Amino acid sequence: MRKIGVFVCHCGTNIAATVDVKAVAETLGREPSVVVSEDYPYMCSESGQNLIKDSIRDYGLDGIVICSCSPRMHENTFRKAAASAGLNPYMVEIANIREQCSWIHKDKAEATEKAILLGKAAIAKVLLNTPLIAGESGVVKRALVIGGGIAGIQTALDIAEAGFPVDIVEQKPTIGGKMAQLDKTFPTLDCSACILTPKMVDCAQNENIKIYSYSEIESVSGFVGNFTVKIRRKARYVDETKCTGCGLCTEKCPVKKVPNEFNLGLDNRRAVYIPFAQAVPKIAAIDADYCNMLKNGKCGLCSKVCTVGAIDYKQEDTFVEERYGAIVAATGYEIADVSRYGEYAYNQSKDVVTSLELERLMNAAGPTGGTLLRPSDGKHPHTIVFVQCVGSRCTPDKGKPYCSKICCMYTAKHAMLIREKYPDTEVYVFYIDVRTPGKNFDEFWRRAVEEFGVHYIKGAVGKISPRPDGTLDVQGSDLLMDEQLHISADLVVLAAAIEPSKTARSLATMLTASMDTNDFFTEAHPKLRPVESPTAGIFLSGVCQGPKDIPETVAQASACAAKVIGLLSKDKLKGNPCVAHSDEMMCNGCSNCANVCPYGAITYSDKEFRMPDRTTKTRRVAWVNPAVCQGCGACTVACPSGAMDLLGFSNSQIMAEVDALCR
Amino acid sequence: MQVNEQTGFVPTIVAFCCNWCSYAGADLSGTNRLQYPANVKIIRVPCSCRVNPMFILRAFGRGADGVILCGCHPGDCHYTTGNYYTRRRMTLLCSMLDYLGIERKRTRVEWVSAAEGAKFAKTMRSFAEEIAALGPNRRLEDLRVRKSEPEGRVPDAE
Repeated sequence: MRKIGVFVCHCGTNIAATVDVKAVAETLGREPSVVVSEDYPYMCSESGQNLIKDSIRDYGLDGIVICSCSPRMHENTFRKAAASAGLNPYMVEIANIREQCSWIHKDKAEATEKAILLGKAAIAKVLLNTPLIAGESGVVKRALVIGGGIAGIQTALDIAEAGFPVDIVEQKPTIGGKMAQLDKTFPTLDCSACILTPKMVDCAQNENIKIYSYSEIESVSGFVGNFTVKIRRKARYVDETKCTGCGLCTEKCPVKKVPNEFNLGLDNRRAVYIPFAQAVPKIAAIDADYCNMLKNGKCGLCSKVCTVGAIDYKQEDTFVEERYGAIVAATGYEIADVSRYGEYAYNQSKDVVTSLELERLMNAAGPTGGTLLRPSDGKHPHTIVFVQCVGSRCTPDKGKPYCSKICCMYTAKHAMLIREKYPDTEVYVFYIDVRTPGKNFDEFWRRAVEEFGVHYIKGAVGKISPRPDGTLDVQGSDLLMDEQLHISADLVVLAAAIEPSKTARSLATMLTASMDTNDFFTEAHPKLRPVESPTAGIFLSGVCQGPKDIPETVAQASACAAKVIGLLSKDKLKGNPCVAHSDEMMCNGCSNCANVCPYGAITYSDKEFRMPDRTTKTRRVAWVNPAVCQGCGACTVACPSGAMDLLGFSNSQIMAEVDALCR
Repeated sequence: MQVNEQTGFVPTIVAFCCNWCSYAGADLSGTNRLQYPANVKIIRVPCSCRVNPMFILRAFGRGADGVILCGCHPGDCHYTTGNYYTRRRMTLLCSMLDYLGIERKRTRVEWVSAAEGAKFAKTMRSFAEEIAALGPNRRLEDLRVRKSEPEGRVPDAE
């Protein structure tokens, strides 16, 4: 028979005023197996804890029940006290007689009766408790950052700065992401490349950072502290160790009509290319879809001009397998497809562009060398119309339900830059709302209106139709003036919605990280744990978690790095011991539990069992990884054979509580 | 204590509350001193999806007159998807109880967040009222474990 101690707290008068604590202690003391039952004014105080510790030692208690406040308040306190007296901390149960008894009842007799019943239920449970020991697992002191945009770069730099090795996996031939394509950044109007490229170079030069460019994640296995990731290094047909990035091959390549994705198809590049001048790593890549040599074996010009012999047409995809303690998702965003909105004539006219295309048209390193020219005829546009919320803040069937957050600000930036550089140009902005929360943001857009004379029109654009003379007829409504407008525009810029990277969902599946309905990664807690995924060991950086501007992205990236550093600086991870556990003798390997597990904590293996007739039989049985299991218990109910149980909240424990309460 | 004024019946009610939302909601209703009947006794579970329908049947078997299961609001589950499982399982259980001829009102599923102390107290009050009006649970009571008539219980009519 187990020896149980009961400790009833007065909590000053918080409990004692409505509950007869002496009667509770006395009644519970008469329960079989209870050897000591005491009451004390403040059980959580030093002397109260000493009373518990002394009783544990004096009576050799196997379990204790504390009748006190909510376990959410002091469960840890009493567990620690028990542990210091040599009792397993999970042999402690708490009967909540304050929040759920004394504070909600007025009648003393009623409240006392209820407190006794709650105490009895806790005794019934603690009699079935088993000592639990939190499992420990090692931590691989290396982090993986997926995505090499500003979010990934900042996270990697911060982790590397703390002394941990980091690998960046980037699917494009260079890191830099969307920020590399931008012209200026709001609200300070400093040049995007000028602040980004030094960070890219830092990444390349940092001894702790390894960049896998032109690579993708192939598979992920393992759990927090111990992930194994397979990385596919796509064939770039250029030997990375030899290429010096001189660019000679990109000048000699005869295939000149490949749409340049860095300039969003506004100009062309060669089949062998370096994405942009400041690319990191500055290594050429051959586009296998266009290269004559790779397509039909005729050409080979680039290998002839390459002075270091870096061109290798026989290169194939290779795979790298590496172990990591933490994984950061920094997959960023893409511009949503605006061609589905026929009313904006994006497909009909070259002069209807997205904002990112406008960035390239205004960028000194862009296709026009920084002079704003119409893509159709190369002439200077005199009237420019911006359309806000294209695809954002829509009904789900029409577009994205969310606000893309950055458009109001970058449109104000574009309008301001255009008015500053080309004062003869009229700029109109059709908006639903102007949303500019942020440091110096509202001042910024007001400057666009007040100082630079940008015409802001509250209203929507109904139709854009190209006219034979090359201009665009923009038909919209002005809600404030209550009138229909026709503007003859030379250029229309659509503030297209941003959406998570197309690869994000397949990556989330590999990481067992959860996503919301818009394919943004879900955070562990929207307010209190914004940079962690609910899946332990997976962290979120940048727009993959939700729309953000650059300062917010960098802030989140550094916060994310801090979390990763915190994880990697531990030698051992202590888990929650209240996890699911499968009884191999009862498990029939049906997979029901693995199907409901949100964490992918359950795996199956074939195990040999010695049968009573001395034969061995091989059966497929479930195994719960205690480091991954979070202890929700979904599997315990799904298990048809009753093999799965949750430690700390076992079937028999809960049944015992039910029995005690229903007496 | 909720009592049926006419018969003097005092119902026994078991509430399963998930640790992260509803149990915290129950704590909050205590912190705010919001009253609800003492008939309601709470059992803490990590997640509403930990509640095996067997537990509910067991409670009825042992003499509970009503069982209420509280979890996080759909979409807010601490374990992401737990309460969706609960919702499906409880739909099945309820239709089974229907089939057995048990009053549907004896089992209830409610979503109570950690911030909804008032909702928790209100829910418990209305549930206790309903169960008191329904009278004692007879059909699901396990006769093997029936104790001598406790005080306040209506003597068996048969």
